[in-house]
Amino acid sequence: MEHKEVSVLIGGRAGEGISSAGQVIAQMLGHQGYRVHMYYDYPSLIKGGHNFAIIRGADQKIGAVRNTVDFLLALNQETVDLHREKLTSEGVLVFRSDAANAEGVAVPVKRLLEEEGAPAVMGNSAILGAFVRAAGMDWEVAETVLRKAIPKQIDTNLRIARRAYDEAEVKTRISPLGAKALPVVTGNEAIGLGLIQSGLGLYCGYPMSPTSNLLHFLVSHGTELRIRVIQPESETAAILMALGCAYAGIRAAVGTSGGGFCLMVEALSLAGIAELPVLVVLGQRTGPSTGLATYTAQADLQFALGAGQADFPRLITAPGDADELMAWAAACLDLTWKYQLPAILLSDKTLCEGMYSLDTSQMRHLQIDLELADKNVSPYTRYSLTESGISPLRFPPASGEIIRVNSHVHDPDGITTENEETTKAMADKRMRKMRGLAEEIEAMDPVHLGGDVDASTALLCWGSNKGICEELGTKMGLRVIQPVVLWPFPERSFARVCKGVERMFTVECNESGQLARLVRQFGYASEDVILKYNGRPFFVDELEALLGRAIS
Amino acid sequence: MNLISRAPNVWCPGCGNFTIQQALKEVITQLAAEEYPVENNVLVAGIGQHGKLFDYMNLNGFYGLHGRTIPIAAGIRLANPNLQVLCVAGDGDCYAEGLDHLIFGAKRNLNVTVLVHNNRVYALTTGQYTPTSTKGYRGRSTPEGIEELPLNPLELMLVSGASFIARGYTGRREQLQGLIREAILHRGFAFVDILQVCVTYNNLTRYYNEHVYDWTKEGVEDYEKAWEKAREWDYNTDAKIGLGVLYRHRAPTFEENHPVPEPLTRDERRTFIENLLDRRV
Repeated sequence: MEHKEVSVLIGGRAGEGISSAGQVIAQMLGHQGYRVHMYYDYPSLIKGGHNFAIIRGADQKIGAVRNTVDFLLALNQETVDLHREKLTSEGVLVFRSDAANAEGVAVPVKRLLEEEGAPAVMGNSAILGAFVRAAGMDWEVAETVLRKAIPKQIDTNLRIARRAYDEAEVKTRISPLGAKALPVVTGNEAIGLGLIQSGLGLYCGYPMSPTSNLLHFLVSHGTELRIRVIQPESETAAILMALGCAYAGIRAAVGTSGGGFCLMVEALSLAGIAELPVLVVLGQRTGPSTGLATYTAQADLQFALGAGQADFPRLITAPGDADELMAWAAACLDLTWKYQLPAILLSDKTLCEGMYSLDTSQMRHLQIDLELADKNVSPYTRYSLTESGISPLRFPPASGEIIRVNSHVHDPDGITTENEETTKAMADKRMRKMRGLAEEIEAMDPVHLGGDVDASTALLCWGSNKGICEELGTKMGLRVIQPVVLWPFPERSFARVCKGVERMFTVECNESGQLARLVRQFGYASEDVILKYNGRPFFVDELEALLGRAIS
Repeated sequence: MNLISRAPNVWCPGCGNFTIQQALKEVITQLAAEEYPVENNVLVAGIGQHGKLFDYMNLNGFYGLHGRTIPIAAGIRLANPNLQVLCVAGDGDCYAEGLDHLIFGAKRNLNVTVLVHNNRVYALTTGQYTPTSTKGYRGRSTPEGIEELPLNPLELMLVSGASFIARGYTGRREQLQGLIREAILHRGFAFVDILQVCVTYNNLTRYYNEHVYDWTKEGVEDYEKAWEKAREWDYNTDAKIGLGVLYRHRAPTFEENHPVPEPLTRDERRTFIENLLDRRV
């Protein structure tokens, strides 16, 4: 059979390298010209338990998986039992014959390892080799990808993969698509690349799913990148370190999830009044409280909008795939510096730990015209009242100057005041920055328009639901509207993409329709909200059925 | 440059904070005449009566949050280790709400100076007990007297790994000045607990004057001896109150473990990204 799309599920016990094997499969499909998405499902534990990844490749950009698969790669019996029913009628089961009983492509992993004198950790190379053969791919695909993906003892791994490849038989054929091969990255990596591109100097993070891997990714390249990566005593300390660093002139970002963001809120308000730039990567997971530590949600939008006491300007973005994550992470860091305010980049577990094809050639490079202070402005006034609300930035030490930042209401010199005129003037100054930011945002194409762009029925979505809504919008003849910037809300751009929309349906992974609530403030009512909040993302066929029922 | 700012001073007449301000001013002036330019100082303040020092001094500064001077100081030092960071904190401030940061500052041997204005009362909020108030202290939130024993901050800092620990008293300005100078010049986490008189809510002047004495300058690198000295007075029971340097030793600092490298250029960053993505095809 000829595939225009293909889905592969690989499963086993936690600690068996399912995520890494999934990445290799994703890269193999990428190598064949497919556009890829990987969904990674794992419980919150270290060893044991069941982990699986679904990797889907298609001839168009995608951001979701189906609940049926063409290949099932089983490292144990549990995987066979749990997922066999997902296999399509012509689907192929590849399994460890020493760990499971099934019918299909049996891989004697233990024997192959023994014959090569290799450790158990290399077992996945055998499964991958057998998969490449069963899928009718050339050995070159396995060799090229494994060489890039496996850092250690590549020759032994290749020998094991080759033996399994030779012993397996061709069951079907995943043909190359002829399209340009694109690299595959996790959302966390895409965010990290954006931060790197934008000149990050310090990253602070307290470990918390789903952004721990952003911390790990940056620290693993920290020396080479000449950035400092710190794990402090708490999320409170993480963001305060970032603010101290910004005060002294170095770009800083922090990453966390909802629970850690609760601790950061105190400092978010500080960044607001002290006018210090900081970027918070907020990877949402199922809540409230500890919730489901390793599963997804989009339930912190209203929290991000309102976090911190009193009014202060902020930027909130919610990119929807790897291209957008990288582009907007870079842009957000620039914008926080230009406007001296906190920014929140909303991601979620699906985006952070899922994998996506990254197309840097298609990626819009969001140019920010960044003019920091003339280094010589003297006498220097930290909070000088300007028309734009933006005061020139200088950093200590500056000979003859005093640079004060303050969490209290302060005068232009940064000295605490209770004066009523100054209190109002400073509040107005901060809010003037928001007007400039809103203008700049409108020019940055902040609302993505996709699917059937002329349709009068629209799907409204945000973040990780971008890909699935695009795919179904195209298939079902629906317009797709995805605001990437959520605050300041891009009213003009939103109105433009909504022109001609008669019916609007909102798709979100939370239980109250938080985006639907936000856009209602601006006069846009959703006819219905299609919600999912069991920790899992929407699957393509599932959402298609739900939309069919809602719209008919 | 005049180190005292234009901001009107609203501390109570006779407040120990004046002594600390004066001592700090003298030390910064002395150091400026040596090799530490005034503009290299950054004052990081918490929230409390002590924090007003931020407004009253003509120094670079970061007026932050209650209890949270130390992570802000760490960020400043990570960005530019040439900046001399002075954290001024209160006892409510950094022994209560920000205690975790204080312990971790010491544990990491962050190269900053921490001056704790320990008046053993919340003065800004008009008189409640703090972590160092004596048992039985009758504050506005504990009219029957607080039933807990106070913390001993010197013990706490010793066990946390601080590499310079001292105790001063606002009734002994010259000595305090010397301790602040030593603390600033120490390479590593330098902690000074300053017994500060609060004339309005907790005036212990007479008690301190009757009990203080000077520690000898010998043997300050002896950890066991430091323990003995730290335990002479538990901030509660009547005992002699030692003043001076309790403990000092040299250890690698946080900043030495995280040096500031020359950043990559835009082109170098682009090359890094291209190379990384090339491995993902």
